[in-house]
Amino acid sequence: MKIDVDKILAGDEKTVAKAISLVENSRGEAFDLLRELYLKTNLAYLLGVTGPPGGGKSTLVEKIVSRWVDSGEKVAVIAIDPSSEFSGGALLGDRIRMGKIATHPDVFIRSMATRGYLGGLNPAIFDTVLVLSAAGYERIVIETVGVGQNEIDIVSLADTTLVVTVPEAGDEIQSFKAGLMEAGDLFVLNKSDHATAHKMELILKQMIDLARSDDSGWKIPLIKTIATEEDGIGDLIEEIAAHKNYLEVSNLELDNKKKVMKNHLIHLLEEGLRNKYIEPLLKDKDFDHSVDEVIERKKDPYTQVSEWLSDFGEGV
Amino acid sequence: MSENIKVLIAKPGLDGHDRGAKVIARGLKEAGMEVVYTGLRQTTEQIVRAAVQEDVDVIGLSILSGAHSHLFPEIMKKLKDNGKDDVLVIAGGIIPDDDHAELKDLGIKGIFKPGTPINEIVEFIHQELDVA
Repeated sequence: MKIDVDKILAGDEKTVAKAISLVENSRGEAFDLLRELYLKTNLAYLLGVTGPPGGGKSTLVEKIVSRWVDSGEKVAVIAIDPSSEFSGGALLGDRIRMGKIATHPDVFIRSMATRGYLGGLNPAIFDTVLVLSAAGYERIVIETVGVGQNEIDIVSLADTTLVVTVPEAGDEIQSFKAGLMEAGDLFVLNKSDHATAHKMELILKQMIDLARSDDSGWKIPLIKTIATEEDGIGDLIEEIAAHKNYLEVSNLELDNKKKVMKNHLIHLLEEGLRNKYIEPLLKDKDFDHSVDEVIERKKDPYTQVSEWLSDFGEGV
Repeated sequence: MSENIKVLIAKPGLDGHDRGAKVIARGLKEAGMEVVYTGLRQTTEQIVRAAVQEDVDVIGLSILSGAHSHLFPEIMKKLKDNGKDDVLVIAGGIIPDDDHAELKDLGIKGIFKPGTPINEIVEFIHQELDVA
């Protein structure tokens, strides 16, 4: 499929959508396009939004995006939902809560499934961000569900990471501890009119205080919202702006970009190595034979792998 | 055609029941498709915009209100206006037999009545998109 770069740069929605499909479905074919776009593009400001299911993330995203476009920004949303491990299919339902912004001319929403990407989801997300940035979206929101490693990896792309919790999320919060609590730049306690909100607020405040051991100078705020009532949204917008500003005045923005790019390069390298070396090996009829040999203890796995690696070495 | 078939399940107009749409969405997901569901009471503009931005291969319209003869032509026209007429459009819900010919003339390829086994719809999509 030939994609017209000029049409992407002009923000043509259909072309942008096709380009994202290419990035998702035929990564190898997308590289020519991405090469050209990268040199012409400043990457957008990225807000990552994550937290347990049913916390109101999509509703909050709608409110945030709505305020941003009202103040003249072009905004894109990448809404990520998990793929089924069994069927490979996915149910992508984030648009249900985004009806009001869905027809705004300055908003582009794309739902993506996590799939079983080789080398992880990140390269495809980064490249989608690149396409959307090239198309003129100045701010991009990435919404992911859950608290797993996949989500932490995705939010690591973001300039600002928002963790959305709810009063009922008691047990999930426990599992947050190691990962997301460290990733969050801002915390939202949504549905804060619920009876147990006060208790959760105390727990969160304690966890936030312990979350980051660095002395980065950013004090992680906890913002209470009732997204469906627009309650607390103004505060949230201000705190996001404050973090964006903080990144700009400190050197962290550059640090973050460097970290993201380093990861992206590693991911692309892994993806390339896997496609070039590992995939053909898995398809080779000798592969099963090698597995059998190892099981039968005719060979040990370490010798087997080092043989493969030296074969790869000759191919380079 | 990619191996990941992407489908938009949409409910145009004002009817407030989406059990059927959700069953179909779930069924297609279990058949390995990526299904975007946009919820109740969608305007034709919302549906077409979602189809364009999500770059779906298939649109499934679910309607129970009887407004299909009004809303479907509008959707098909807007798809064409937006250059998104390369998409397979199918429909389901309460659509009287007498109306089927008229809707098929609009370019709606398949109309599925209540009680249709999901597999029949999956096979239809595979056939139309020419995937095994």
